[in-house]
Amino acid sequence: MNFVFDFSVNDFFYMVKGLGISVTLTLWSVILGTILGIIFGFIRSIAGIFLNFFIGSILDIFRSIPLLIQLILINALSSIFKFGFSPFEVSCFVLAIYTSAYVTETVRSGILSVPIPFLKSSRSLGLTYLQTLKEITFPLALRVSLPAWVGVTLGVFKDTSLVLWIGIIELLKSSQIIITRTQEPILILTIAGILYFTVSFCFTRVTNILEKRWEKYEL
Amino acid sequence: MNIDYTFHWYPAFKILPKMLYGSITTIEIAFLSIIFGIILGAILALAKNSNNKIIFSIANIWIEISRNTPALYQIYMVYFGLGTFGIYVGSFGALLIGITFNNSGYLAETFRGGLRAIPATQMKTGRSLGMNFFQSFIYIILPQLFRIVFHSVTNQTVLAILMTSLGVIVGMNTDLMGVTNELNALSFRTFEYFLLAAVLYYLITKIFLNSAYLLSYKLFRY
Amino acid sequence: MIRIIDVHKSFGQLEVLKGINMDVEQNKVHSILGASGSGKSTLLQCINGLEKIQKGKILVDEIEVNDKKTNLNSLRKKIGIVFQQFNVFPHLTTLENVTLALKTVLKKNKKEAKEIAVQQIQKIGLSDKMNVYPSKLSGGQQQRLAIARALAMSPSYMLFDEITSALDPMLVGEVLDALRLLKNEGMTMMIVTHEVRFAKEVSDRVSFLNEGQVIESGSPNEIIDSPKETETIKFLERSLK
Repeated sequence: MNFVFDFSVNDFFYMVKGLGISVTLTLWSVILGTILGIIFGFIRSIAGIFLNFFIGSILDIFRSIPLLIQLILINALSSIFKFGFSPFEVSCFVLAIYTSAYVTETVRSGILSVPIPFLKSSRSLGLTYLQTLKEITFPLALRVSLPAWVGVTLGVFKDTSLVLWIGIIELLKSSQIIITRTQEPILILTIAGILYFTVSFCFTRVTNILEKRWEKYEL
Repeated sequence: MNIDYTFHWYPAFKILPKMLYGSITTIEIAFLSIIFGIILGAILALAKNSNNKIIFSIANIWIEISRNTPALYQIYMVYFGLGTFGIYVGSFGALLIGITFNNSGYLAETFRGGLRAIPATQMKTGRSLGMNFFQSFIYIILPQLFRIVFHSVTNQTVLAILMTSLGVIVGMNTDLMGVTNELNALSFRTFEYFLLAAVLYYLITKIFLNSAYLLSYKLFRY
Repeated sequence: MIRIIDVHKSFGQLEVLKGINMDVEQNKVHSILGASGSGKSTLLQCINGLEKIQKGKILVDEIEVNDKKTNLNSLRKKIGIVFQQFNVFPHLTTLENVTLALKTVLKKNKKEAKEIAVQQIQKIGLSDKMNVYPSKLSGGQQQRLAIARALAMSPSYMLFDEITSALDPMLVGEVLDALRLLKNEGMTMMIVTHEVRFAKEVSDRVSFLNEGQVIESGSPNEIIDSPKETETIKFLERSLK
C-alpha cells in the first residue's frame, strides 16, 4: 500500500466549515424545537385525556418515520408549492419539529415527576399557581428533564448528517468530497469522527457538571 | 398558491407490491442488527465491568465511538473505510454492520444500567442456596434483567428500523427506502411515493411496538 | 374560629366525608383520631381549599372557604398546614425554604424575610442547619422545618396531617415537642394523629372519625378514657396496645 497524503490544511478547514454548518443547524433546530416542545409538553401535562392523546399521536408520527423521509417530503412540498425555501431552511423546519416531538416527552415527564405534595405545600403557603410553577415545578422538573434533553440535542447533532441528501454540505458531505479526490477514506473519516466526537463529548461534559451540582437535591 | 403539479396517487399504489417486498428486507436488516447488537452489547457490558484495564479500555472506546458519532458516519466508515483493507462489503453489508455497531453501544449501556438496578443480594441468595455462578445468573439475574431492559431494547429496535433508511445513501436499493428511491428516479412522483413509504414505515413501527407491548403484558404480569 | 358545617366531599363516586360538623375555637387544640381512610386528611385539605367540597360550608374567621369569590391565596396566609411527608422543598436550603413564601406571598424584602426566618428556625431548634439542604436533614428535622416554614407566615391556625406517621419512632419525640411549644403559646391547632397519648395530653377537644362521619366528640377524658361507641373502642384498643 502506498500512503500518499494529498490532504492539506485547506481540506481540514473545509471539513471544519462543514462542522460549522452542522452545529449551526443543530443550534437553530434545538432552540426552536425546545421552545415548541416546552409548550406542547406543558399542555400535555395539564390536558385531559382526549387532547393529550391527540397531541401525543401527532407528535408520535415524527418519531415513527425515518428522518430522511421527513426531509425529502418537506423538500418536495416546498418545491411543489414553490415556497422557495433553501435546503437549510427546510432542514431547520424538519429538525425543529423532530426535536419538539422528543422534547415534549422529556418536558412532560419532568413536570409529572414533581411529587404532588410539594405542590400542595407550596399552594398551602399561599403561593399562586404561577409562583408555584416558577419556584417549585420548574427547578425540580428541570433536573429530571435535562439529561434526556441533552440526549435529544446530541441526537439531533448526529442527525444533521442526513441533510447531505438534500444538498447541504455539512461535515460528512465535505468529508466525502475530499475522499473522492484523495482516495484516503480512513484518514479523512477518522478526522471527521474526531470532530463529531469532540463536539459531542464537550457538550456531555457540561451537563455532567450540572448534574453533579444537583446531586445534593436528592431527598 | 401556485401549484404546477397534480398529485398522481394511482402510480403510487401500483408500486405498492414492490415496496412491500422492500419492507421485508427492511425488517430483516433491523432484526438481524438488533440480535447481533444484543450479543455484542452483552459482551461489551461485561467487558466494561471487568477489572482488566485493556478489556475495559477497548469496550469503553467502542461504546463511546458508537454513541458519539452519527449512524450514517458509521455506515460510511464501513462502506468506504473497509475497502482500504481489501474488504469490500456491499451496501447491504455496510448498512447491517453499521447499524449493528450503533446498536451495540446503546445496548451495552442499557445492560449495564439494568445489571446495576438488580440488588447484589440476589446473586448472593442464589449462591447461598447452592447454585453456581452460571445457574444463579441464568435463573435469577437474567429474568429480572430481561424485564428491566425490555422497554429500551424495544425502543432501540424501532430506531434500527428507521436507521435502515440510511442505506439508500450508500446505494441500497432492496429495502423499503431504496426501492422507493429507485422508483422515484424513474417517475419523479417524489411526494406521493415517499409519503406512501412513510405510511409503511409508520405501520411497521406501530405494529412492532404494539406487539412488543402485548408481549410485555403477557410476560411481566407478576 | 373554624366552623365546619355539614360538609360532604366525594372523589368521583366515592363519598369520603358524609356530613361533618365541627367547631374549632380560638386558642384551642382539637385532635382528630380515626382509622386510615376515615377521611381525616381530606377534611384538613378541605379547610384550606386544596380539596373542594360538594355540600356544606367551611368558615374560617367568618370567611367561607368554598365561596367562589374568596381569594384562597390570601386566606391561606392565615392557615398553616404540615403534611405527612414530602414537605420541604429539596432544592432550597433550610433558610430558603422558609424565606420563599415570605418573599413571594407576603412581599417582604430580603432583610426582613431573613430576620423572620432566622427567628423561626432558632425557635424550632435548627439554627445550625441554616444553609443545609433537606437531603442532609433527618425526617424529624425536615418536619420541624416544615413547621417553622408554616409558622413564619404568622398564621392564626395550624393544621397537622399525621406529621409523625412517616417518621422513625426515635424522631417522633422532637416533633411532638415542637407541637407542645406551640400549644403553650396559644396557637389554635387541628391535629390529625395516631399518637393517642399525645392527643390526650395536649388537646382541649377530641373527635373520632369513622368512614367519613364524626362518631364521637368531646373532651380528651371523655373520648379516650371512656369512649361510648364500638368503633371508637376498637380503634383505641388497637392504638394503645
